[in-house]
Amino acid sequence: MIQAHDSIIVRTLGRIVIPVAQLFGFYVLVFGQYGPGGGFVGGVILAASMILAILILGRHQPDSGLVTKVLQGDGLGLLIFAGVGGLCLIGGGQFLNYTHLQIPGLDDASRHFLGILLTQFGVAADVAVTGVSIAISLSAEDETEEVSHG
Amino acid sequence: MTFELPLLIFLVMTAAGAILVKDLISSVFILGTYSFTLALVWALLGAVDVAFVEGVVGAGLATVFFLLTLFTTSEKDTQIRRSPMPWTAFLALPLVALLLLYGAADLPAFGDPGSPASTHISPEYLENSVQQTGTPNVVTAILMDYRSLDTLVETIVIFTAGIACALILRKGDS
Repeated sequence: MIQAHDSIIVRTLGRIVIPVAQLFGFYVLVFGQYGPGGGFVGGVILAASMILAILILGRHQPDSGLVTKVLQGDGLGLLIFAGVGGLCLIGGGQFLNYTHLQIPGLDDASRHFLGILLTQFGVAADVAVTGVSIAISLSAEDETEEVSHG
Repeated sequence: MTFELPLLIFLVMTAAGAILVKDLISSVFILGTYSFTLALVWALLGAVDVAFVEGVVGAGLATVFFLLTLFTTSEKDTQIRRSPMPWTAFLALPLVALLLLYGAADLPAFGDPGSPASTHISPEYLENSVQQTGTPNVVTAILMDYRSLDTLVETIVIFTAGIACALILRKGDS
């Protein structure tokens, strides 16, 4: 179903737009603690850029190798999010209470800051992978999958 | 405040257009316009985070998903026949609208500091979030710190959606 687009204009423009979109998604993700944005929006923008890469460059191109790798990390974001909560449990506190992240040399506010940042990365990874996965599922009608999906 | 009325009228027009139009691809794009207008309304009300999510998800990702679905199915709305509206709807819908308007008269005014939503626990978040979490954006602090368990479950919902789509739609996987 998804082949590389044969128009040179679309391909060239895609090569310019996709890295910018990915950079912007990453910026929104990291900047979410100071302005609008955050893990969810950043993950969606990353997913949109990767779907654009699939649609323009095709799925099995070496240029879109990131997509193939991304699909194998399906539960990774959730693991990061719940893992931070588990670290708080190990540190002797409640689940997802970042005060109990046992990192020496950080006061409470910095621990909360770090916890928010890590969980945002978790949400972004989860949303991005899910977006690409749904897009591939929707368009993978008569195509034998080469990527094992875990 | 001068922009609100044109935006709301445009919102209703795009919503009606997305339902009424026969060509489904046009319908998808009109729905994207609807989401973008809704994002503008959110931004006008000061909810920038919600506007960002609405613009990116509603006008971006959902449109792409709808289009991908249409490419693998049919683009014309041929199967669905709309039956004519029953006469009870003409009686019931204005009554429901009147009832809702009557209920809306008792809602607190926009930005009212004495409303229950602004007096319950929001002042505590607004006053203490920077000292407690070091995060200037209160929305992120609430979502990711004070209410992080809710966000975790939302993330699980998204994960489940992806897994369910893969299970139902993908063929050829062993």
